[in-house]
Amino acid sequence: MPGKLKVKIVAGRHLPVMDRASDLTDAFVEVGARSCPSKHRERQVDDEDLQDEPLQITVLDHDTYSANDAIGKVYIDIDPLLYSEAATVISGWFPIYDTIHGIRGEINVVVKVDLFNDLNRFRQSSCGVKFFCTTSIPKCYRAVIIHGFVEELVVNEDPEYQWIDRIRTPRASNEARQRLISLMSGELQRKIGLKVLEMRGNAVVGYLQCFDLEGESGLVVRAIGTACTLDKLSSPATFLPACSSPSKDMKESPLVHPPSHGCRSTHNSPIHTTTGSRLTQNFSVSVPTLIYTGMGSGSAGKEGGPFKALLRQQTQSALEQRGGSPHRFCRRREFPFFTLTAFPPGFLVHVGGVVSARSVKLLDRIHNPDEPETRDAWWAEIRQEIKSHAKALGCHAVVGYSESTSICEEVCILSASGTAAVLNPRFLQDGTVEGCLEQRLEENLPTGCGFCHIPYDELNMPFPAHLTYCYNCRKQKVPDVLFTTIDLPTDATVIGKGCLIQARLCRLKKKAQAEANATAISNLLPFMEYEVHTQLMNKLKLKGMNALFGLRIQITVGENMLMGLASATGVYLAALPTPGGIQIAGKTPNDGSYEQHISHMQKKINDTIAKNKELYEINPPEISEEIIGSPIPEPRQRSRLLRSQSESSDEVTELDLSHGKKDAFVLEIDDTDAMEDVHSLLTDVPPPSGFYSCNTEIMPGINNWTSEIQMFTSVRVIRLSSLNLTNQALNKNFNDLCENLLKSLYFKLRSMIPCCLCHVNFTVSLPEDELIQVTVTAVAITFDKNQALQTTKTHVEKSLQRASTDNEELLQFPLELCSDSLPSHPFPPAKEHLESASSNSGIPAAQRATSVDYSSFADRCSSWIELIKLKAQTIRRGSIKTTVTVEKASPMGEGNFRNRSAPPCANSTVGVVKMTPLSFIPGAKITKYLGIINMFFIRETTSLREEGGVSGFLHAFIAEVFAMVRAHVAALGGNAVVSYIMKQCVFMENPNKNQAQCLINVSGDAVVFVRESDLEVVPTQQPAANCHPSCTEGEVTT
Amino acid sequence: MTSELDIFVGNTTLIDEDVYRLWLDGYSVSDAVALRVRSGILEQTGATAAVLQSDTMDHYRTFHMLERLLHAPPKLLHQLIFQIPPSRQALLIERYYAFDEAFVREVLGKKLSKGTKKDLDDISTKTGITLKSCRRQFDNFKRVFKVVEEMRGSLVDNIQQHFLLSDRLARDYAAIVFFANNRFETGKKKLQYLSFGDFAFCAELMIQNWTLGAVGEAPTDPDSQMDDMDMDLDKEFLQDLKELKVLVADKDLLDLHKSLVCTALRGKLGVFSEMEANFKNLSRGLVNVAAKLTHNKDVRDLFVDLVEKFVEPCRSDHWPLNDVRLFLNQYSASVHSLDGFRHQALWDRYMGTLRGCLLRLYHD
Repeated sequence: MPGKLKVKIVAGRHLPVMDRASDLTDAFVEVGARSCPSKHRERQVDDEDLQDEPLQITVLDHDTYSANDAIGKVYIDIDPLLYSEAATVISGWFPIYDTIHGIRGEINVVVKVDLFNDLNRFRQSSCGVKFFCTTSIPKCYRAVIIHGFVEELVVNEDPEYQWIDRIRTPRASNEARQRLISLMSGELQRKIGLKVLEMRGNAVVGYLQCFDLEGESGLVVRAIGTACTLDKLSSPATFLPACSSPSKDMKESPLVHPPSHGCRSTHNSPIHTTTGSRLTQNFSVSVPTLIYTGMGSGSAGKEGGPFKALLRQQTQSALEQRGGSPHRFCRRREFPFFTLTAFPPGFLVHVGGVVSARSVKLLDRIHNPDEPETRDAWWAEIRQEIKSHAKALGCHAVVGYSESTSICEEVCILSASGTAAVLNPRFLQDGTVEGCLEQRLEENLPTGCGFCHIPYDELNMPFPAHLTYCYNCRKQKVPDVLFTTIDLPTDATVIGKGCLIQARLCRLKKKAQAEANATAISNLLPFMEYEVHTQLMNKLKLKGMNALFGLRIQITVGENMLMGLASATGVYLAALPTPGGIQIAGKTPNDGSYEQHISHMQKKINDTIAKNKELYEINPPEISEEIIGSPIPEPRQRSRLLRSQSESSDEVTELDLSHGKKDAFVLEIDDTDAMEDVHSLLTDVPPPSGFYSCNTEIMPGINNWTSEIQMFTSVRVIRLSSLNLTNQALNKNFNDLCENLLKSLYFKLRSMIPCCLCHVNFTVSLPEDELIQVTVTAVAITFDKNQALQTTKTHVEKSLQRASTDNEELLQFPLELCSDSLPSHPFPPAKEHLESASSNSGIPAAQRATSVDYSSFADRCSSWIELIKLKAQTIRRGSIKTTVTVEKASPMGEGNFRNRSAPPCANSTVGVVKMTPLSFIPGAKITKYLGIINMFFIRETTSLREEGGVSGFLHAFIAEVFAMVRAHVAALGGNAVVSYIMKQCVFMENPNKNQAQCLINVSGDAVVFVRESDLEVVPTQQPAANCHPSCTEGEVTT
Repeated sequence: MTSELDIFVGNTTLIDEDVYRLWLDGYSVSDAVALRVRSGILEQTGATAAVLQSDTMDHYRTFHMLERLLHAPPKLLHQLIFQIPPSRQALLIERYYAFDEAFVREVLGKKLSKGTKKDLDDISTKTGITLKSCRRQFDNFKRVFKVVEEMRGSLVDNIQQHFLLSDRLARDYAAIVFFANNRFETGKKKLQYLSFGDFAFCAELMIQNWTLGAVGEAPTDPDSQMDDMDMDLDKEFLQDLKELKVLVADKDLLDLHKSLVCTALRGKLGVFSEMEANFKNLSRGLVNVAAKLTHNKDVRDLFVDLVEKFVEPCRSDHWPLNDVRLFLNQYSASVHSLDGFRHQALWDRYMGTLRGCLLRLYHD
């Protein structure tokens, strides 16, 4: 599908002086994609190229006698222009970036794309698939279907290691690298997009793209995500009639079969699975249709059998029809993984625990970049392992899934982790429903505790665990501790506030080569995992909490050491039992002074626990054992919820992580190591008053954010004294590094008190022998202290109310989904829906639980119809030229909006662009997603001292990266980046040569937000449908 | 364990006002940390000295990077690298261009050249202001001077437009630029009692009345001489001032003037007799100052002359300020009744400004 790309260079400013003699610059630009810059005004390009390739604008200084000097470049990713709902034009000031000098002035550019009609049926481009970094359903969309896991990986040679690098300038080498990486990530994104289209999705949520700089052996760009079918939310006003009159939508159902849309389904072979149901082969149409499955019939479990055979067939699909009810597309994929960390209500049924797998690999040269089989196979192996772990926990899915690598020389540790979970099959288009599901489905799931209930069979537990009856509903069993990688579910009942809990660990390792090195690492890994886990458990107990969310364990490999850093947010879940204290036991009980020492320590620990309970306001209602009254099954041993396994060391699964005893947690001090551990437990200083911190999206227990946010990145590198390093010294250094870093953050942000550091993301790397680098990105959000108290009260009340209405809620979840489900700002309309819907349906609750809920089904159906219509039109008219689908578009819509966002820009010369690692902006509503921001920069200097040393160099570079991200967002017409993440910050220095180099990779979602206070002023919310049209008409430049 | 690298970068650039002040005052990082420790911040926040050190370093680095932009404040507004709220931008600029009274008194009226810059360490030791801070202030004066030197239009407006300063600060800079351009002597011992404010007040009056811009006919007259409108005194006007000499040279005119003033002020002045005795001296002084202004050298000595010829004689006779006011009002007004004197407008332009200046200069 060819397209026309129009670029207009409007102006330049703040350009550097290139001619010393005249103090002037004769600037001109070259515009082009691919490496052949063009001076023509217009050039035709394929959209496939458009997707892969960023637009490249080179600013040069004209020299009459010598070669023209480069001033810098601007790379513009034009992907957002390729799908209709995002930006229609990119226009604004872009910093001109040079890899040697940094930002050198700005250039004002206007870019537009006109795509022609789709000429090629077998297209390779994936225009139209939306990408989101956000790991939850984006705020102004609702999920029609969550299809599941998509992954892709591309490899190439690293230009830095090519022979040509010896003769070209550092600038040329850096630019080659930057270009290659953006090319590769473009290609990757396009390939993922194709997979999503194949799955009949229209979006990728939780898109995570990473680079592995494997050095000599090449460059790997890999990405994972969750394919979804999303539906743009219209405003509540337009939505309400749709759901109250399902019949109206049903009438439109014939439109489900647009006859022209069949050609792409050739590789989908519908498979008959359920006995007793009629097979329909809808080849000519092959429109994904919906069916309401699962409920009551109990067939879901049986489907599991035949499905197993299909396990490896990735795009197999099963079409099933049951007694006149509409269709539902069932497809299975190899890995039932979800990169999401927050879910629509009702989606998450049970959580099993954290599953993780690691594997140590020796890197070899990638011989054929076109067939990245080895790397693919590596990851497939790990994913398989994760899957089997999940299965062992009685779960059929893994949520909050992520993958990472750590590379040192030719050794590479691949890690994957996630949370085993049972999901609600009604949402899951994916039919991965295993045996464990059926019995759960009939249960009335109480909100606030349902997800805590064990998914595995109590009598046939996968590991020794200590179960009790749920403290909330008293019906189901819960473990005593719960570890997860996801965000706290919005409906979870939490007592008190949460806090950031970190386990930090270093282990020395002998320097070795190749296989010996890999073996040494593999041998160390299980012990590290074990210790990290123990530390987490200890710290959790010390805080008086019983669950961890957002757990992320990072193992970093260096020349002579391994580093483990686990971060999570501890909370007290009301459903789980009160954690026991920590008891210290000495080994030589006869020694009097030793005894005294122990008891002293014990007292200190008890004091700390009491203090923490007060600090985090943990005061669970006292429940005596008799009231619980249930026979607690064999108080065997503590649950081990962190199932982990390291490649080449199966014994770790056998490791008994429990420490005996029913509730007190015993620490045995038998050697200095243990002593050290206890000490380190007590050295963690709580944040100063007025500060809270967590690594999840929102802080449990705080829900009245005010609008002030400050995103920041902090980097620290320390040099260890190389002399006789011991594990203890190393641990202490590392611990101090992290603690000091946190203290610094608290000090720097003291003006924001009361505030909370959210999404605190620590990354550790070991750039050299004796260097440890820690990078932290987080956001500080202020909150109103006084309101907090009130809302927590009402929150409790609400949760009580909720419990009573949870039946309806479960059934109506698509309704609730439609409304903005901002966890901290529940929208009033959502409630109204709920009430109206539940009052409309006069069926008793008990019945409803087993019967098909037509209103919700119809709603889903109608949205699906809309989607298909949209798609059909898309295909007919070319990928982004869509017409008005539902209502007449008011041409004013867009204009109005622009006007509304204009004033803040007019006030200050540069519009403010907010950045946050969270998926939302407190006190504001995201009205539009403009596309993904994925940028990769290299900066190098040969005058390190002159630029203020390493700190000055990196400080300036990070500030520049922020500036470039903001400029791109502003040019897209956005005013914020959400789900911002700095995925890589590789820093290398050579002070002797006065040189340094740094690579940074950032990504996020560009959005438009409107302050909630502004929303109230503007009563007529712009209908979402208006965003679709009018993107191409009448826009001609140059 | 040594820290190799330690940075903090916020999406919104963090500005700590206290640290900014310390940086502007030219303290080194270690001095700044020591001063901050003394302020009791550690006790307030529970932070450690290491945290303070790292924080101070961070801020200093940020300020260092911002300094380049502060040299051209409009750049600060348009740049993309640092996201700073407008109110903070204004604060950064205002503080950066603020100066110390003690310092400005030292360089006021001096040529803003390399030579003067070399003397900055003397000024630094004399005033107790760090050399770094002196340099910044001096460079600010010089930068503003260079930018507005060749510009047409109102001096204050030009400064405000190119440096985005507050009205108050822009006026002060106008005075500094005006003094530097005309090289008025302000450093003499006699003038030590005068504050920068006194001089700035006089400068403003002189800019308003004695420069080319003051005439208000510049736009219609595209003469090349009209280029420096607010910076330079109106040469023609200074030339014309010679004509005033007749007031003291012509004996009759002088006597008539005296009698007019004395008649009007009799009984109203506490120091009438002293005034009567000194009238001819004072009048001669004031008129001679005017007549001498054709020479650059004498222009420079304007303030010295005024203090010598008028302020000091009055002060030695203990004239109250109110009497000085009454006298000067009457002295300038009476000239209108002198029939033989033809330069009424010239006199008003001269005396109007001078009267304001003298009243301001007349204090202890």
